[in-house]
Amino acid sequence: MNALVPLIVMLPLLGAAVTLVFGRNPRLQVVVTTATLVAVSIIAAVLLAAVDAANQPFAVSVGGWPVPFGIILYVDRLAALLVLISSIVLLAVLLFSIGQGAADGAEETPISIFNPTYLILAAGIFDAFIAGDLFNLYVGFEILLVASYVLITLGSTESRIRTGAVYIVVSLVSSILFLAAIAMIYGAVGTVNLAQIAERVAQLPQETQFVLHLMLLVAFGIKAAIFPVSFWLPDSYPTAPAPVTAVFAGLLTKVGVYALIRTETQLFASNDINMLLQIVALATMVIGVLGAVAQAELKRILSFTLVSHVGYMIFGLAIATEDAIGATVYYIVHHIVVQTTLFLAVGLIERKAGSTSILRVSGLMKAAPVLAVLYFVPAINLGGLPPFSGFIGKVALFESAAAVGTPMMIVLIFGGILTSLLTLYALMRAWNLAFWREDDGAAENDGRIEYLGNAPAADEQGETRVIPPIMTYATAGMVAVTLALTVFAGPLYALCDRIGGGLLTPVTLEQIDEGAD
Amino acid sequence: MDVSLTLIVIMAVLFAAGVYAMMERSLTRVLIGFLLLGNATNLLLLIVMGAPGAAPFYGEKGAVSDPLPQALTLTAIVITFAVSAFLLALIYRSWQLGQADTVEDDLGDIAVRERTDAEEDLIDDESSLDDEEATTDFVGVSTAPITVLNMRDHPSIVDDAPVDVPDARGAASRHPDADEPAGGSGDEKPDERGEQP
Repeated sequence: MNALVPLIVMLPLLGAAVTLVFGRNPRLQVVVTTATLVAVSIIAAVLLAAVDAANQPFAVSVGGWPVPFGIILYVDRLAALLVLISSIVLLAVLLFSIGQGAADGAEETPISIFNPTYLILAAGIFDAFIAGDLFNLYVGFEILLVASYVLITLGSTESRIRTGAVYIVVSLVSSILFLAAIAMIYGAVGTVNLAQIAERVAQLPQETQFVLHLMLLVAFGIKAAIFPVSFWLPDSYPTAPAPVTAVFAGLLTKVGVYALIRTETQLFASNDINMLLQIVALATMVIGVLGAVAQAELKRILSFTLVSHVGYMIFGLAIATEDAIGATVYYIVHHIVVQTTLFLAVGLIERKAGSTSILRVSGLMKAAPVLAVLYFVPAINLGGLPPFSGFIGKVALFESAAAVGTPMMIVLIFGGILTSLLTLYALMRAWNLAFWREDDGAAENDGRIEYLGNAPAADEQGETRVIPPIMTYATAGMVAVTLALTVFAGPLYALCDRIGGGLLTPVTLEQIDEGAD
Repeated sequence: MDVSLTLIVIMAVLFAAGVYAMMERSLTRVLIGFLLLGNATNLLLLIVMGAPGAAPFYGEKGAVSDPLPQALTLTAIVITFAVSAFLLALIYRSWQLGQADTVEDDLGDIAVRERTDAEEDLIDDESSLDDEEATTDFVGVSTAPITVLNMRDHPSIVDDAPVDVPDARGAASRHPDADEPAGGSGDEKPDERGEQP
């Protein structure tokens, strides 16, 4: 089984090399990219089953160095689950982008660059998930960030360069902070191995721990878009091509949240900053969703709800009980899938209606009933209506918060409910205006919304385009995955509970050593 | 742990200057700031390596210096180098598009700030829209949800439903596709070279 672990990262990198070589043969590129992602999802599924059955993580020391010295790839239940879910999401978005690329041609999504970059992005995400040491985590982040720089400025149009610059500068700052934090942690404990850091950090004075902890928190917080450092996200995500935005929204912030989980449960379990996290979580949830309510443009509404729902994950982390960590993991899986699906659905709306502004789009219910279903199901799921997975995740979070029962927890629960309702309000308002409003209303409104013409924030295409069937299939497939998360919530939630239990028992070097044999 | 004070002072100055330069709107200054910050962090990695003067690698008699920070620094240098190259291309492209290489305010934010009352009304007033359309008293009318969802043979639905695999169309549009990016990347490479002298 251990031999499979490096393949998770190696296969996408190899696939990227092959697709780069065959840049003039788009069909072969698409086949190679799809095959790579299918292979990775199968490997991840096998690893998840094996790890869960063996009740012990797999570890590989790359290059055969003895355990604390070499680079360690480390797959436990959490890593395997996240690799599996992200490879499925990457695959669906790839199919969506194949449809878009085939229909639009090269001017917006140059396929020959897109495929290799996309695979490198995948490799970076997977590497970050299975990194067993802090520096490898940094390298994973850098791989995915550099690939994301290319993807977010794809086609180098004016608006993408403008918003891409914001994204790139912010990411650079967070990377520098992360690297500086690694240097200081190495100075303090003399190792970058996650398990070893956890053992040694506990012996440091609390003040030193706090400084190191806070540096990592800020570095990961920027990537995860938690409140005081989240403002870059709604500015930069909406202008990228629809599939790129979808995959960024689903996965990139979650890599940051994943790093935060490792920080809180393993590295700095001995340094308690849960109060700070609780305040940050509340602010992220409420302020993020207020941003969504103020917007009139679907992609921006979704970007703000993305920020706001990262707050739920921080909320779960801040409770810091086994139940809460399990609920957080379930919520992450739910949110990766649902947020990506919504962005894909909005990509379809943009093609169908030529715009994503809810002031302009109207009458879609008659024009595109299939699309209406594809938007409505994930929308009420994100809003947290029963019986969908969003409801299950939120109830689980609130339950574990209520079990702790401090006054701050009660405030957080109310904040969470408010956020959920406001998310529903923002998404259903868009639903009312874009789908239910009569078609002739749009022409009459055109004069009143001149500012949209002056400020093309959404990079409006201004024309309708055909939706190739494969794009509809890909989105429908993602909707099916969101429903599967609801239908199979029992076994999935049990798995998340085991993850939550496992994460709070610290991993020792000996365990990694055993796993590597 | 003994470390050289000179290194610490240099690192601090580099960090300060780098942060200051990164605050600017001009992307070129941001790049300079990023390079300074990158070097400052590399120095920090060197500082945590411990006292200078020890042999650089294993096998010598006596004290050897810690090799790990050296490996980390090398990796960090490579990453900084790659990102700088990308930033240069971005700056050149931004300048080419007539944006004078600055980071600009987000247009969406400006749009929200400058939204007029009429537009606010349209967004907030959907209650009135609801009153007209989304009530139960229009069941049976042609706009009722049940009727629409059942109209599978409605002409406007047809183009939306999955029909066929876009093979023919895909093949046709893929040919120009293969040339475009090659031309695009041809544009990019001189960009970086143009900045280097």
